Amino acid sequence: MEHLFSDYTLRMVALGSAVLGLVSGGLGTYAVLRGQSLLGDAISHAALPGVALAFLLTGSKTPLALMIGAALAGWLATLWILSVTETTRIKYDSMLALTLSVFFGAGLVLLTWIRQRAGASQAGLDTFLFGQASSLVWRDVVAMAIPGGGALALMLLFWKELKLLAFDPEYGRTMGLPMRRVDLLLTALLVVAIVIGLQTVGVVLMSAMIVAPAAAGRQWTDALWKMVLLSAGFGAAGGVTGAVLSSLETGLPTGPLIVLCMGAIVAASLFFAPNRGLLGQRLRRRRNAGRFQRETVLLDLYALGMQHADPLRPHPQGAVQAMRAKDIPVDRLLMRLNKEGLVRRAAGGWGLTDAGLRHAETLQKERR
Amino acid sequence: MKGAAAIEVRDLTVAYRDKPVLWDIDLTVPPGVLMAVVGPNGAGKTTFVKALLGLLPVSAGRIRFFDAPYEASRQQIAYVPQRGSVDWDFPTSVLDVVMMGRYGRLGWIRRPGKREREQAREALARVGMEDFAGRQIRQLSGGQQQRVFLARALVQDARVYLMDEPFQGVDAVTERAIIDLLRALRSEGRTLLVVHHDLQTVEEYFDRVMLLNVRRIASGPVEQAFTTENLRLTYGGRIAFLRSANAADAADPAAP
Repeated sequence: MEHLFSDYTLRMVALGSAVLGLVSGGLGTYAVLRGQSLLGDAISHAALPGVALAFLLTGSKTPLALMIGAALAGWLATLWILSVTETTRIKYDSMLALTLSVFFGAGLVLLTWIRQRAGASQAGLDTFLFGQASSLVWRDVVAMAIPGGGALALMLLFWKELKLLAFDPEYGRTMGLPMRRVDLLLTALLVVAIVIGLQTVGVVLMSAMIVAPAAAGRQWTDALWKMVLLSAGFGAAGGVTGAVLSSLETGLPTGPLIVLCMGAIVAASLFFAPNRGLLGQRLRRRRNAGRFQRETVLLDLYALGMQHADPLRPHPQGAVQAMRAKDIPVDRLLMRLNKEGLVRRAAGGWGLTDAGLRHAETLQKERR
Repeated sequence: MKGAAAIEVRDLTVAYRDKPVLWDIDLTVPPGVLMAVVGPNGAGKTTFVKALLGLLPVSAGRIRFFDAPYEASRQQIAYVPQRGSVDWDFPTSVLDVVMMGRYGRLGWIRRPGKREREQAREALARVGMEDFAGRQIRQLSGGQQQRVFLARALVQDARVYLMDEPFQGVDAVTERAIIDLLRALRSEGRTLLVVHHDLQTVEEYFDRVMLLNVRRIASGPVEQAFTTENLRLTYGGRIAFLRSANAADAADPAAP
């Protein structure tokens, strides 16, 4: 930890990946809620030829120039996808897959050409495939923080419009709100969130930074603002952990490590989130099943008592077991009920206590 | 302006690719009525409502509300979509959804505040859901979802209400609550156009009806337009049996 704050490179890596995690996690929430998770994948792959062309045109590797190129290409690809699906019969998912691979293919061709023409000195562009956090310097962090912060600010400013867009855009249109423009705004914000992460995470895996934090965040809450906060937090946590791991001279590429960290966060959320988590669901089901079984035995005892016009009268265990299938562990259930103070052991077997009688009477009313 | 129809539709045609879904529809809805739109599946009922709201491109025709085009009267018109049209697993609360009805009046960027929350609570009380304000919407039953959508339209405080199947999949108690609400809205002078699927209740619930099957088969006061002959024209032969059985019941004084 001490190392983390003393070492300049590590500090830049942590800061940069925290910024990109916050932005992609926060904005990714909307992409996930709208069922547009794959749009992020298309945008990030489509950005690659933009990076290459920006380098060819400007001859520099300054982050700003490359980001603008990436953003233009990503934005163009999105508009292309939207306009083709609106005007032809080609389905949205086919169009995504098509655009993703065509743009990515063009990007690979351009990269290879640049490498052959310019020699090894320009091979730095290859890091855009899988990302390289250790090359981040202060200038890069600033170049990520300004557009990223701007995108988050716009998200907060248009909070109500974006919420309506994600929940019921058609209804928004009937009230005269220009939902198409809101849609374009959200797409633009998404492009920004993706482009600022390309240098660190790489085009191939960047979409995971959009989808994974939001998917994890959704597990823990049912309020939109909490989901956005959690998702941003998860994004930052996964980003920083992965980036720092890869800069610790492990020689492992940053993008895959970040995605693995995000995967761990998603898996943990799927299992351990209190309401939606698998573990919680399983436990609750078991607890309920046990409770329902005990309650049927309690009601059996009550019914036996009523047959003798004395609900508190004890009955032999065999009589209670006879009311249920053989594989129902009536003895164990009676023991648990005894521990809960609802039945008592008596000379003639098992009988209801006063509390047990009251509970049975309420159940009788509810379950009718 | 006085005496202008609440909704005036002339020569409306809507096509999906090269197939007309609505053909040459004329309709006049006077203000302050509760009107049903009925017709078989695929007759274009939902399309008709969406075309009125400007949600679909119109091939031909003219639509006016209180003698003004739709764009000029948006704030006078509230829409209750089919409840299946949204994702009820969306992370938000009942009160939040109802407040969305105020977003149009609020305009860009401005946040809903105390006043909007109060209006939303009042609307929830009108549909009998005041205790559900803080609930997450994924916990609602179908009937509750429907009432939340109605409350969202109520806070729009509109003159015209367009509703798409508000009775679909709700239980008898909810249906009763909804029809009481629609009647209350009518008695406040508001105009309601309701897509409806249950022919048995048309005569009891509505004062006007339009029978629709791509073309407008008939429209007007229920007792004039809702005839066996018109139903046969709308639904084909299948429905005639149901109607004549009802008519026979009504004609037979010995029937219970």
